[in-house]
Amino acid sequence: MALTDAEIKELEAQAWQLRHDIINVTVWAGGAHIGGGLSMLDILVLLYFKYLNIDAAQPEKEDRDRVVVSKGHGGVGFAPVLARRGYFDFDDLKTFNQFGSPFGMHLDAAKVTGVDVSTGSLGHGLPMAVGLALGARTQNKAWKTYCILGDGECNEGTVWEAAMSASHFGLTNLVTIVDRNGYMIDGATEEVMELEPFSDKWRAFGFTVLEVDGHNFADLAEAIDTSLAADGPCVIIAHTKKGRGIDYMEGNVKWHYGSIDSTLADKARASVDRMYGKA
Amino acid sequence: MSEVTGTTWTVYDANSMSQAEIYGHVLCEIGEERDDVVGLTADLAKSTKIGLFGDKFPERFFNVGIAEQNLFGVAAGMALSGMTPFVSTMAAFASMRACEQVRTDICYQNLNCKIIATHGGISFGTAGSTHNAQEDVAIMRSFPNMTVIIPADGIETANAVRACVDWDGPVYIRVGRGFEPTWYDTEDYGFQIGKAVTVSEGTDITLICCGVTVLQAAEAAKVLKEEDGLSVRVLNLHTIKPLDEEAVLKAVLETRRVITFEEHNIYGGLGSAVADVIAESGKGCAFEKVGLPDAFSLVGYPEDLYAHYKLDTNGIIEKVREVMGRDFEEDEDWEDEV
Repeated sequence: MALTDAEIKELEAQAWQLRHDIINVTVWAGGAHIGGGLSMLDILVLLYFKYLNIDAAQPEKEDRDRVVVSKGHGGVGFAPVLARRGYFDFDDLKTFNQFGSPFGMHLDAAKVTGVDVSTGSLGHGLPMAVGLALGARTQNKAWKTYCILGDGECNEGTVWEAAMSASHFGLTNLVTIVDRNGYMIDGATEEVMELEPFSDKWRAFGFTVLEVDGHNFADLAEAIDTSLAADGPCVIIAHTKKGRGIDYMEGNVKWHYGSIDSTLADKARASVDRMYGKA
Repeated sequence: MSEVTGTTWTVYDANSMSQAEIYGHVLCEIGEERDDVVGLTADLAKSTKIGLFGDKFPERFFNVGIAEQNLFGVAAGMALSGMTPFVSTMAAFASMRACEQVRTDICYQNLNCKIIATHGGISFGTAGSTHNAQEDVAIMRSFPNMTVIIPADGIETANAVRACVDWDGPVYIRVGRGFEPTWYDTEDYGFQIGKAVTVSEGTDITLICCGVTVLQAAEAAKVLKEEDGLSVRVLNLHTIKPLDEEAVLKAVLETRRVITFEEHNIYGGLGSAVADVIAESGKGCAFEKVGLPDAFSLVGYPEDLYAHYKLDTNGIIEKVREVMGRDFEEDEDWEDEV
């Protein structure tokens, strides 16, 4: 499914819109995990606007592809994608974090249309994704399972329990993508708890490793194609920037979670526009 | 296989089969009827007897190795894929090692996962506290959406396992380790999830039991009738959640003396659940919870441990005599007690 130039342009336009959306939701929510929401955004845009076999009009469609956003705190990045894909009105997100809202910082599958799996506690997503993929295979279903992990999350032992089982069971209907933005709450991943040699670790667990620029749609698409065609489990290590698109947030650990006032929001919007050449 | 044909179901020869073994065979039968049923374990296929299902349906059986957290996460994923997973490991690991996966992956999403946990309570007594589960009921019943069942014996295990297949949402069934003696000799006694079973009628005192204590209390009731002339009601309250509050209230009103017996810490299990109902009723009642004290259990063979903790027939008789001598407000005027 190589991307045409026109498709890439379209995806870039979606991503530009969604970066603005994320800024707006962060303002409405009074604060959000904006850094990690922005780092995984392009992965989600590519999945939701190109790859996934889904139908927003039939969110429970049995043969739909499943997505597990294992880094559940990325909800501020995920919810706007679902809104723009047509699962609900974007304006519904004005209630984000408010009393009784369906939208909290970690999305609840029972409350948010389009979310397949409730996540939030780290290290839970890949085991559930393995279960989904095994379930599909056992029932001879063709749908795929996509799992997006945070890199800091890979400190959790359960990620490796799941990795071991994905390769033991020889799963080929699971696409695992790590949003390798290099940061966790307390600092750089390599300072808090070293992950490198990260690729070697995945390889040792039986995965084929595909390292790509996680903000480059063409590269990401190629890696997903490779993963879908492989005869064993693959992991796509998507090198990303935390806070991608907002200059004062990029690579700044302070913006793992934060609030922005109208001045900061304007600066953020201007930065996003500059990145997309719209300033 | 020790099995004889019964009237309604296949009746298992529960005296020569462990609860877990009966579970394994029943699950095989369910597997024949339902192709959505899948079996999962974490290197305990043999000990929990889910391996019987695995032998019969290898394409629907997954052993994830010694990784209980992954086990319950994978089970949640399989339930999300449309299957009905039966997951078996020891009760201590299901409730504690994988506590958060059971709570967050399974209960939060209200998934159709059936957890059949073996080696419950102190039934693996010689293994010591790492392998005992004296907290699991407190843990499991605090999770929204979870149903908690402790079958009295192998026959009731068969009933509970069959009943849980079509019961909506997650279920935790806790069984013993080995050849626990049985109370029931037929599966046909009206087992229903959430409904207490009256083992013996009585008007002087009610013994509310679950698991292995049901048989012991039933035996104690016979002795107490013969030796003390007491009319002892024994309730098998196999479902700890949802609790049959009506049966508890009826016992309070009709016998005014209640003792609970369970193979669990006295904090948070059957006794606590019953105590909540009694306290909220505002009715006077002599009440005692008998179970494991708030301490890690001694090492020993289960029968010695049950005797030590007053969960065997003699211990139960002793407790009943003690509570029969206890004072409480006995008039029929409830108004001043509310």
